Parts: sequence; C-alpha cells; structure tokens
Amino acid sequence: MSVEVENLKFYYRTRKGSVKALDDVSFSIADGEILGIAGESGCGKSTLSNGLIHVCPPMELAGGSVRLDGKNLPLDKPDEMNTYRFRNLSIIPQYALNAMNPTVKIGRYVQDLMQSRGIDYSAIEKLFADRLRFVRLPEGIQKRYPIELSGGMKQRVVMVISTLLNPSLLLCDEITSALDVSTQKVVSALVAAFRDEKIVKSVSFVTHDVPVLYQIADRILIMYAGQVAEAGPTEEIIHAAKHPYTQALVAAMPEMASTYRQKKHASIPGKPPALLDPPEGCRFKERCPYRMPCCDERPQKRLVGNGHEVYCWKEDL
Amino acid sequence: MKKYISRKIFMYLLTFFVAISINWLIPRMMPGDPILNLISKLSRQATNNARLYAELNQKFGMDKPLFSQYLLYLKNLTQGDLGQSIIFYPKTVAAIVSKALPYSLTLTIPAILLSFLVGNYLGALAARKKMLDNTVLPFWYVLTATPYLWLSMLLAWLLGSKLNLFPISGAYSFSRLPSATLSFVLDYLHHWVLPFASIFFVQLGGWAIGMRNLIIYELDADYSKYLRALGAPDKLVRRYAYRNARLPQITGLAVQLGVVVVGAITTEVVFGYPGIGLILAQAILGQDYFVVQGAFLMVVLCVLGANFFIDIAYIFIDPRVRHSMIGD
Repeated sequence: MSVEVENLKFYYRTRKGSVKALDDVSFSIADGEILGIAGESGCGKSTLSNGLIHVCPPMELAGGSVRLDGKNLPLDKPDEMNTYRFRNLSIIPQYALNAMNPTVKIGRYVQDLMQSRGIDYSAIEKLFADRLRFVRLPEGIQKRYPIELSGGMKQRVVMVISTLLNPSLLLCDEITSALDVSTQKVVSALVAAFRDEKIVKSVSFVTHDVPVLYQIADRILIMYAGQVAEAGPTEEIIHAAKHPYTQALVAAMPEMASTYRQKKHASIPGKPPALLDPPEGCRFKERCPYRMPCCDERPQKRLVGNGHEVYCWKEDL
Repeated sequence: MKKYISRKIFMYLLTFFVAISINWLIPRMMPGDPILNLISKLSRQATNNARLYAELNQKFGMDKPLFSQYLLYLKNLTQGDLGQSIIFYPKTVAAIVSKALPYSLTLTIPAILLSFLVGNYLGALAARKKMLDNTVLPFWYVLTATPYLWLSMLLAWLLGSKLNLFPISGAYSFSRLPSATLSFVLDYLHHWVLPFASIFFVQLGGWAIGMRNLIIYELDADYSKYLRALGAPDKLVRRYAYRNARLPQITGLAVQLGVVVVGAITTEVVFGYPGIGLILAQAILGQDYFVVQGAFLMVVLCVLGANFFIDIAYIFIDPRVRHSMIGD
C-alpha cells in the first residue's frame, strides 16, 4: 500500500467551535490504483485533499496519521511538509484554470518554481517539454502567458506541472467540474494515462461526479458528513451498493434519455447534519429509511466482500 | 501595435481639445468682472474709469462676442501665445507659468515618487507581518485622511515657528536671488524640506494602504495557493504577489503624476511657495482668466501626458493588457 490514511481528522476552527469537516477517516490506496472519492457538497472530500497537501488556519489536524511509501507525513508541520509537497505528493487543484500567475510565462514559472525548490531547471527542461507533448500541448507553450491559453490547455499545463517530479500520490480535487463534457473526458483519461505511464503511483480522485469515477476509478470511496460511508471496487459500488446512502446517491444519478417529466429523480429527504455539532452515532441516521435504535452508536467497519467495506448497522447488507 | 497606439493618440488629442475648451469656458463663468477688479486696484479715483475700462476691455479682447473670444483663444494657443496676465499686467502668462513651473515640479515629483516607493515597500512589509500591520495601519489611515493644508500648517508651526529648524515661507531666502551657487542650492533645499514633507507624508499613507490591501488580496489568490501547494517557499509566493500587486499602484501613480503641477496647491499657499499652485490660487481670486487658463493648460498636459505614458508602458509591463489590447 503506498498510501495509508488512519483515523484522520481535519477540523476547521471557528468562533462557535470546531467544524468537524473530516472526522475519523481511514482508507488506503494501493500502488497503481486510482481511488475515486465521492459525496455531496460539504461531505469533506475537498477538505481531505487540501488538508493532505497543506494544513493551514482555520483548518487544523485534529488527529490521525497518513503514511506515504512507509513514511509518516508531518501534516502538522507545514514547513517540514514542504519537502514532501510536489516531490512525493502533489495536487491538481479545483481552481486549476486560475492556478498560474497571469503575468508570468509558463516556462519562466516552472523555472522559478524549480529554483525555489533547489532543483536544477536545466536538468528538468527536457522532461517538461516531453510531458507537454505527452498531454498534446503545442510546441513553444513555455513562451506563452497563461492568459493566452484556453481553459482546457491551462488545465493540462497545470496537470503537467503538478506531476513533473513523479509524485507517489496525486490528489485530484474536483478537476473536471469546471470543464465541458468533452474536455472532462480528456482530462480524466490523462489522469489514467499518468498512472499507466507510472508518472504517478497512486491517485486520489475527488469529485461529485459519479459517472466520471465509473470511467476511471479502480475503487470508490463514498463519504457522508465527514466520514466514510462505504468503500469498494468500482463495479460493486455502482451496481451493488450496500450502504443506504450510496444506494440513494447512485439512484439519484440522472439517466440519459429520460426527461424530468417522465421520471423524477430520486432524492434523499432531509439535509446533511451540521458538522459543528454532529449527532452521535451514524451521521446518516436522520435521513435513513432503515433507521434502528442501534444507529445512535457509531457503526463499525464491516467487510462485505473483497476490499468492500461498509459503515452501517443494517443486518442484511 | 501601430493601430493601438494611433487609436490612443487620436483619443488623447480629442480629450485635449475638449479639456482646453472647458479650460477657456470655466473661468468665464465666474461671477464678477476682472477688468473692474483690476481698475479698482490700479486707482482709487473714480475719474476716467469708463475710458480706462473700455481701453483695457479692448486690450484683453473681452469686448468681442464670447464665441470670437474662444476662436481667438484657440488661434493664439496654436501659436503658443497664452496671453497677458490681468493681475500681473504686463507680464505674459507664458513667462509667469514657466517661472513657476520648476518650483512645482522639483517639489512634487520627488515627493510623489519617493512616497510611492517608500509607501509600497512599507505596505508590502506590513502585509506579511501581522504585528507591524496592526500597529501601523491606523497611523496610515490617519496620514492619508490628513488634509495637505492641515499637515502643512502643523509642520510649519512645529518645525518652523516652535523649533525654528526650517524656514516657513518662500522657496529661498528673501535676501537672495536665484543663482547656480552651492549656497543658493542649500538655501533652496532648506526651504524645500517642509513643503516636501507635507506632501510626502500624506501620500505615503495612501500608497502603503493600497499596497497592503493589494498584497493581501494577491496572497489569497488561487495562483498563490497553488504555489504553496507545490511547496514553494514564501519568498517566491510573495515575489509573485508583489509583481501583480504593483500594477494597479502604477496606474495610481500616473494619476498622481498627472496632477503634479497643482497637486500641492494648498501646500504652496501655506508656505508661500512660488509654484503653479500658488499662482493658480492668486489667479482665481483675481479672476485672471488668462493665468487660470495657462495653469490649467499645464494640468491638462501633465494629466494626459502621464496617462498616455502609462497606457503605453502597460503594454510592456502587463501581458494581460498587451494580449487584450493588441492581440499579440
């Protein structure tokens, strides 16, 4: 396992108290695996990506550990983390379209970045050009400003820069949400290609777009209100989900060739709990059709298949 | 590039024409009659005033219909003739303005440029040091809200009258005549300190606040977050933020440099400093149309010149402008 996350907690400190955005989450990503992480807005999936790369106020590490290639990441020490960032773990951010400095040419940017990290740019210049070619960007893009590129091109430039030092773990944070459907496909195919070419070892692909995950993820982790609901192989999660929330989420996906009038999408009644003061036990219980008295206690992890874990009290999963 | 610049030049020429027309019109909308004003100063006798009035009126061309006066003004302007002053008769406006101009420029240009440099530096420093920011920000707000007039008087009172460190009036001692000697230059600088300081400090607060706010905004921008996510040291993040934050400041500098000739009008009045500002104040009070026109002509030239310069400079310093304006 190249990535092992154990009991990880990221809280946001506010005046009213700690918002438990990520509360006791454990999972692992194998070498060469793309783990899709899905869930609705506010479930903690972006907090997870951001916290792994940079814990900064108001976010704080409230517990847990992350092992990358057998080494514990010093998440609570931002300066020590600097040696791991970019080199061992890297991120393609949600805001990839605005990630470049608008007044600095792309080649100059990479040069500055490398110099600041103490890496000889001339040694990496050729690799950079090869990678730009690999993502099918035209020659000479190093001499251009980010504003001169289209959205899809900017996205690919950021993808190349983020993965330039062959990190073990690549965090993709909602990278397809700002793109049109055809560009989405190119971008997610590129992430898979980075993995196939062994440019990156493992990928954590965070999105709210389950159909995109179905295309590229090997395994899917479903999050709800800051905790893991279910995790398992992609086929099983999509076609044989066990957790009531996953089932509802998959059922809520729009179908092709059916209009709103013909078939109203399934939706889950109620809303997610406030994470400032989340309820005891299962966080989905208020909205769950199968609620039982024991749901007031936190459900334990149950293995229901090969690598398929469910956090639920329901007996007949 | 050529098309962009020629379009700009056309726009600036048009603006210039409109501005000088307004220049001509505004003084003439003031109530009162400058010739009567002049006569009342020239003689205390009531005799022959009607004849003197008619003569002077004709002399300054004010007996003609308003529109002919306007055409005459434009015609004279193309020949570089700004007319004769009414209150300083028979001096020409060109002579008055060109004598005052060096005093204004040597006072305000150093004050504006230095406050720009120092203010931006301090603002950038404060943006990254919370403690410093909390302590000096209120001070800057007070500075920028300070009227030039009030700070000038305060400095004149404290450093001039009370401590007797600096002279409080004129650009050089009354006993001297301007000359290119070292002792004159030292005397001139001695007189220069207080007016300079009053402009410098008021401007300083504004620049520092502007830079601080811009840097804080840029440090929170997505590109700064991405740099940090890639483990770039704060030094690089700050360098990039500063690079982008200074662009709007440069626009602000163009505006300031534009009004450089009258920017110090109240300061010049307080210190009796013989620059364009003082001349303008006297001309307005004496309803001297021609001097007001001449002084404002300098303002128009400076504002347009500085803005034109920045418009062109932006092509080189901001690739976004280059891209959107020219498309190459």
